[in-house]
Amino acid sequence: MRYALHAEWTKARTMRGPGLLVLAIILLTVGLGVIVTDSAAVAAHAAAGAAGTDGSGRDTAVLCLSGVQLSQAVVAILAAQAVGGEYSSRLILVTLVATPRRLTALAAKAGVVSALTLVAALPAVAISVLAGRLILSAHGFAVPSPTSSPELRAAFGSVLYLLLIALLGLGLGLLIRDTGIAIGALLALLYLFPLFAHAVSNPDWQRHLEQISPMSAGLLIQNTANLNTLPLSPWEGLAVLAAWSAAALLGGALALLLRDA
Amino acid sequence: MTTTTPSSSPSSSSSPYRSTLPENGGERGGRGGFAHLAHAEWTKFRTVTGWAVGVLVAIVLMVLMSASAAKGNTGGNCVNGKCQNGPSNPTGPGGEPVADSFYFVHRTLDGDGSITVRISSLTDSLSDNHPDEPAPAPGDAETWGKAGIIVKSSETPGSAYAAVLATSGHGVRMQYDYVNDVAGDPADVTPADPRWLRLTRTGDVLTGYDSVDGVRWDRIGTAKLTGLSTSVQAGLFATSPQYSQNTQLLGGISSRSYASTATGSFDHLTLQGNWPDATWSSQALGDGGGGQYAVNGGTYTVSGSGDIAPGTGLKDTAQLGVAGVLLGLMVLIVLASQFITSEYRRGLIGTTLAAHPRRGAVLAAKALVIATVATFSGLLAAAVSVPVFDRLWPKGALYIVSPLTEARVICGSALLLAVTGVFALAVGTIVRRSAIAITSVIVLMILPYLLATGSLLPDGAAEWLLRVTPAAGFAIEQTIPHYFQVDDLYQPAEGYFPLAPWAGFAVLCGYAAVALALAWHKLRGRDVSA
Repeated sequence: MRYALHAEWTKARTMRGPGLLVLAIILLTVGLGVIVTDSAAVAAHAAAGAAGTDGSGRDTAVLCLSGVQLSQAVVAILAAQAVGGEYSSRLILVTLVATPRRLTALAAKAGVVSALTLVAALPAVAISVLAGRLILSAHGFAVPSPTSSPELRAAFGSVLYLLLIALLGLGLGLLIRDTGIAIGALLALLYLFPLFAHAVSNPDWQRHLEQISPMSAGLLIQNTANLNTLPLSPWEGLAVLAAWSAAALLGGALALLLRDA
Repeated sequence: MTTTTPSSSPSSSSSPYRSTLPENGGERGGRGGFAHLAHAEWTKFRTVTGWAVGVLVAIVLMVLMSASAAKGNTGGNCVNGKCQNGPSNPTGPGGEPVADSFYFVHRTLDGDGSITVRISSLTDSLSDNHPDEPAPAPGDAETWGKAGIIVKSSETPGSAYAAVLATSGHGVRMQYDYVNDVAGDPADVTPADPRWLRLTRTGDVLTGYDSVDGVRWDRIGTAKLTGLSTSVQAGLFATSPQYSQNTQLLGGISSRSYASTATGSFDHLTLQGNWPDATWSSQALGDGGGGQYAVNGGTYTVSGSGDIAPGTGLKDTAQLGVAGVLLGLMVLIVLASQFITSEYRRGLIGTTLAAHPRRGAVLAAKALVIATVATFSGLLAAAVSVPVFDRLWPKGALYIVSPLTEARVICGSALLLAVTGVFALAVGTIVRRSAIAITSVIVLMILPYLLATGSLLPDGAAEWLLRVTPAAGFAIEQTIPHYFQVDDLYQPAEGYFPLAPWAGFAVLCGYAAVALALAWHKLRGRDVSA
């Protein structure tokens, strides 16, 4: 296992792609988060001045961490490329000759992809939260302490969210074996559910769609207030995404075990 | 040793070999013209089993997705913010859901005739929701109270009508059959500045007039109410829709609604024609609830709440019929990118360009194939879904759009697929890596739409996103009109795009054109294997 991990790490380290993707995840998460938080703060600040209200509305954590909605697409590339790239270059044959126990090879790959995702997600989320706090307090909005338990849940939950997306991408990559199609399938799975829920007007349907959607349910972890109005509790939501990831990984593992490489 | 070709005739052995195929490309051309090239690309596309299956699956899924979107909407039964579980909303003469509740003081009018009245005041009053939530002061709220004269084919909600009315804040107007609204004198009615209103019926044509002195009359407009029966109900009315106060919050909008009542005072009432009833009858029509009517000498005071207007905030049949296009879009982005990137991955591009040295033409042929496949699948899916679901959906729950709009939505969604496919192909040619091409096109098309409709961004930022990103193209599916006479949240989260349908589509076309030009430039200038 150690050798397998080392081999996977060498592959990731010596390619230009993964490093750039890690950088892109950090930049996009922080960038979008800052833009969304700032535009929301400016608009709410102007309206609050006119209407004489305090202007607080949506969860501040959801605003600050909204960049995750964009950077998850890059996480999808990172994960799908890790397996898809091996199949397209036929490197998979070498990998499996070197590590004949396929589950070990899979575990090593999952370990390295997870590590890369964590390396990207931890600073991305931390900077987003801090930058968001600075913006909000600069516009005169009260921001809860970053060490309060709902805020910590939102921050660490977002890191876990990206990690689960990476594992989902890995599983789909193993099942589909083509980077492009795997990414297309994963992004369709993530982005189409919420849009579809939006197209439906029946509130029951909407709620059920949000409950089973990997993105809508998973991102519930970012909520810190008014939890009783959510379709699921934050942890239940993340568990829904975990179930999707587990199913994809299981399918991917079976495909790797049973199918000719 | 010399080699001879057995089949060649002795006389040709002295001249060099020439291809027997007709030469039509000249010096620049490969073998055959553009048709040949397009056929070659079509063959490449057609014979990859995964792609062909992908297109078929996409068509089926588009239809199924639209079907389930339709199914999920039958429960929706809301008009202008008012939802009900009971019977459907009334539908207007055009089949569209409408609001039709007002206080009606009426008599029967047989045949032609006219009604003239002077309106001396119109006030709108908002009621507090409870003591902690006082209603905004009348001056702060832009309400839409209406009072005036109306000719209506029957007392059934949703029946045809024409009215000349004064409003609070929007001047005198002539409105008919719910969706039509014509502005008259823009000044508001006050006791110091009363206004004269007149409505004349001739056959099925109604003409509205207003006047400041009852002597000189200005014609506002005419309405043709097809099939209006000889005997109609005509008289005075007042109504006022509930007022919504929207406040921008941090990442969302808070909306508070207040019930509103309009009260109009009328005098100098004159009737012409055959009015068989001896007295006025009065009633609150529809589910507007309250209202009252009083006569004091020649002065009539009528008050009521509700609205006579088209329903807003509804889903419409055509838009739902193409809900599945989103899924088709995803499939198409993947296929179009792969159509070029897989050639680079497998090195087939070398063969392709050796066979057809005109690289620009190769790109054009690929774009043509992708656009054709996309248009065909989009048309097929939408042409199945939209008309079928038009019939399945219950009346009054959804918008029924005109056939012309329906055709625009069906063709538009097919074109949306085609242009997005070409865009993805161009991006794939530029970056040559399927992972990056697919992700960037999906993120550029879908994420702005998601962010703009997710109510996370304030209105201005959301509208800006739908103006400058390729997601502006989704405007081609927009069908619900923005009614001036109905106050509503016309924002992206409610399905209203900031750009007109074809303008939004032009933005997407612009992206595709720029990407295609860049792709052409790159393909010509770059070494194939680099």
